Amino acid sequence: MSPITLLSAVDPVWVAFLSPEVASRMQFGWTISVHIIFASLSIGLAPFIIYFTWKDVRTNEQRYARLRSFWVKVFAVGFVMGTVTGIPMSFQFGTNFPQFAEVAGELIGGPLAFEAKMAFFLEAVFLGVLLYGRDRVGDRTYVISSILVGFGAWLSGFWILIVNAWMQTPRGYEMVTRNGMEVAKLTDPFAAFLTPRMPWMYVHMMNASVIAVALLVAGVSAYIVWKKPDTEAWNTALKLAVVLLIISAPFQAVHGDAYGRHVEDTQPQKFAAMEAHYETGQADLHLLAFPKSPEALTDPRAENLVTVSLPAVGSFLASGGDFDAEVIGLNEYEENPPVALVFWSFRFMVGLGFLFIGLAFWGGFLTYRGRLADSTRYLKAMIAASPFGYAALLTGWYVTEIGRQPWVIQGELKTSDAVSSTLTGAEATLTLVGFVVLYVGLMLTALYILKWLVREELRSLGVQESSSGRWHGPIPWVSSDD
Amino acid sequence: MTDPLLPVDAYLVESLPEIWFGAVLFALGMYVVLDGFDFGIGMLYATRTDERERETFLAAFGPVWDANEVWVVAFGTMLLAAFPRVYSRLLADNYLLALGFVVALVFRGLGPELREQRDDERWKRYTDFAFIGGSVFAPLLLGMLAGRWLFGGATLPVALTGVSLVAVSIVTGAAFLAAKTEPGLASELRAYGIGATLAYLGGVVVLLGTVVLTDAGGAADAVLSLPVAAVVTLSVAVGLGGSVLARRGRYRAWLASALALPTLLTILVAVLLYPTIYPPTGLLVREAVVSPLALNLVTVLGFPVLLLVLWYFKFLYGVFSGPIEGEGYGG
Repeated sequence: MSPITLLSAVDPVWVAFLSPEVASRMQFGWTISVHIIFASLSIGLAPFIIYFTWKDVRTNEQRYARLRSFWVKVFAVGFVMGTVTGIPMSFQFGTNFPQFAEVAGELIGGPLAFEAKMAFFLEAVFLGVLLYGRDRVGDRTYVISSILVGFGAWLSGFWILIVNAWMQTPRGYEMVTRNGMEVAKLTDPFAAFLTPRMPWMYVHMMNASVIAVALLVAGVSAYIVWKKPDTEAWNTALKLAVVLLIISAPFQAVHGDAYGRHVEDTQPQKFAAMEAHYETGQADLHLLAFPKSPEALTDPRAENLVTVSLPAVGSFLASGGDFDAEVIGLNEYEENPPVALVFWSFRFMVGLGFLFIGLAFWGGFLTYRGRLADSTRYLKAMIAASPFGYAALLTGWYVTEIGRQPWVIQGELKTSDAVSSTLTGAEATLTLVGFVVLYVGLMLTALYILKWLVREELRSLGVQESSSGRWHGPIPWVSSDD
Repeated sequence: MTDPLLPVDAYLVESLPEIWFGAVLFALGMYVVLDGFDFGIGMLYATRTDERERETFLAAFGPVWDANEVWVVAFGTMLLAAFPRVYSRLLADNYLLALGFVVALVFRGLGPELREQRDDERWKRYTDFAFIGGSVFAPLLLGMLAGRWLFGGATLPVALTGVSLVAVSIVTGAAFLAAKTEPGLASELRAYGIGATLAYLGGVVVLLGTVVLTDAGGAADAVLSLPVAAVVTLSVAVGLGGSVLARRGRYRAWLASALALPTLLTILVAVLLYPTIYPPTGLLVREAVVSPLALNLVTVLGFPVLLLVLWYFKFLYGVFSGPIEGEGYGG
C-alpha cells in the first residue's frame, strides 16, 4: 500500500482535519500571499535596479555602484524566493482546484504558458548575467540585461493579471461539453485576454508594487541615513524613493476611485461587500468605521459599527456623480462573500493609501526645504512605514479575491465546485500546515538576510555597531540601540 | 466577433495536437536534462568536504539553475494550455507527490542562495543540508510522478522510475562538472559518473522488466515494442560509450553523451504514452486536446517565443562557458 492510500485510510478517524475545500482555499490564499510579496518586490525594484545600473555604468560614480550592488543583492534574494514560491502556484491549480483548471484551461493555460515562456525565462536568464556576468559581458550588454530583467518582471505581471482579470470579468468563451464535462471554449481571444478588468488591475497592481518598494527603499535608506547622515549614496536613494512616492501614491488614490466605479459596474456584489451595503437603494459612504464592541470586529456581516458616513456619497462615487443612484445590496444574493473580511480589508488598504500620500507630501516639503536628511522625525516615520506598502497591497488583493467569492470564475464556476474531489481532508491539512511552517521560515529568513545586508552596508560605511541593546529580531531597522 | 486571423474550427495543421504532445514533452525533456545536472551537482556536492571544492560546485550551479528550473513551469503551463484534463488529473491524482516535489525544489533553490549570506559553520551546514536534500528528493519525486503517470498505482515501477531519474541526474551532473573543472577533481567525479551510469542502465532494464512481468498499468504491450527496444538499446550504447570516453579523459565528449541519456529517457516516456496521454484513464491525445482556436493561438504566439528562449539559453551558456572561474555562489 502506498503512503498516499495509507493517509487516505486514516482520514475518517481524524475528523479534526479541515475539509478539503477550506484547507485548499487557505493554502492557496496563504501561498499566493507570500508569493505576491516577492513577485511585487521584483516588479517594484525593477525601475530602481535599471536606474542604478545605468547610472553606475554611465557616470562611474561610487554611490551608484554602491546602490546597484546593494539592491541587486536584495533583488536576487527576492527573485529566488519568488521562483521557489511561484512554482507551487503553477501546480496548485491542478493539485487543489483541478475542476477549475479543466473548466478554464483553454482560457488561462495560454496566458500562463506565455508568462513562463516570455517573462519568467527572460528574468531568470538575464538575472544570471546581472549577478555573475559583470566581468564577462560588456557595459552595454550589462545594462541591457538589467532592463530585460525588469521588463520580464512587468511582463510576468501582465500575463498573470490577464488570467486573474478573466476570473473577475470572464469574456470571449462559451460553455461546451468535453469528455463529459462542461468546460469553457475560447471563442474570441481579444475579448478573453483584454477583459474589462485587465487595464484597471494592471495599472493598480504595478503602481501598488512601486509604492510598496518605494516605501521599502525609503525605509532602508532612512535607517542608514539616520545612522550615517553624510552618506551620499543613501541620501540619493532616499530622495529618489520620495520622488517616486510623490508620483505614485496620489495617482493610486485617483486611479483607485475610478477603479471602484468599474467594480460597481461589473461586480456589484463585491462592491456591496466592500461597503457592507445590504439593502438595494441609495448608498452611504463610510469614511471611518469603528466596531461598537470587540465582537463587532469579527462580525461576519460587519454591521454593528459606529461609522462616520457621508449620506448618499456612496451612490455618488459608484455612479460618478448621481447622489440618488441605486446601488445593489447584498440582500439580493443567495450567497455572499465573507463581508467583514472584504469590508475591513478595503478600509485598511484605503487608509494606508492616504497615509502614504501624507508621507510623500511631507517628504516633498522637506526636500524642497533641503532638510530631508535632517528631520529625524521624518526618517523615523519612513522607517516605521516601510512594511506598510505590502500590507496595503495584500489587503487590496483580499478585497479582490475574497470579494469575488463564492465564485472562482465570476458567475460561472463556484469555488466549492472547483476543489479536487479526490483530495482528502488529511492530505489537504497536512500540506497546509507544511506550507505555513515552510513559508513562515522563508519570510523570516528573507527579513534576516535584509538585516544582514543592511548591517554589512553600515559596516562598509564605517558605522560601528554598538554592542549594548542590540536587536536580535529579524527587522533590521527597528533596533533600539540609539 | 470571431478572430479572422486564425482558423477557428480547424487546426493550423492537421497534426497540431500531436505536435503539441511533442512540444509538452520537449519542455519536460529540457527540464530533465538541464535541471537534471543541477540535481546531480547537488548530490555530488555531498561527496565533497573540502570548502574550496564545494565553492567550485556552487560557482558552476549559480548562474544557470534558476533559468533551468523555469522549464518545469514551461512544462506545467504548456500541459495546462494544450491538455487541461491531463494537467488536472496528473496533479490532483498525485497530490502529495506533486507538492512534495515543489517543496524539494524550494529547499534546493534556497540552500545555496542562503549559504552565501553568512560566514558561519552551523549556518552552512543547514543550508548545505537543504541543498543536498532538495537535490535528491526533487528528481526522486518527479520520477515517481512520471512513474504514476505511465504505470498508475503500481509501487515498484513507480519507485524504480524515481530512482532511475536520480541516477541519470548524477551522470549528467558529474559530466557537466568534469568538463568544467580541473583534472584531479574530474577524475574523482568520473568514478561517480560511471557508477551512476551503470546504476541507471540497470534501473531502466529492471523497471521495464518489472512492467512486462507484472503488466503494471497495462503497459506490458507498450514496453514490448520496437521503438522501446530501440530507445533502450541506444541508451545502453550511449551510456557505455560515454563511460569509455570518461575513462579516456575526454570530458566534453562524455558530457555530450551524458546529456543524451535523459533526452532518450524523455523519448521513452513519449513512446510509452502515445497515443494515449493519460494511461490511468486511457485518455487519448486527441480527446484531451483543447479546441482548434485555442491551440492555434498558443501555437502562433508561443512557438516563436520558444525559439527565442532557446536563443537565450545559447547566450547564457555562452557567457558562462569554459572552466569555472572564481569561487562561491555570489557575484
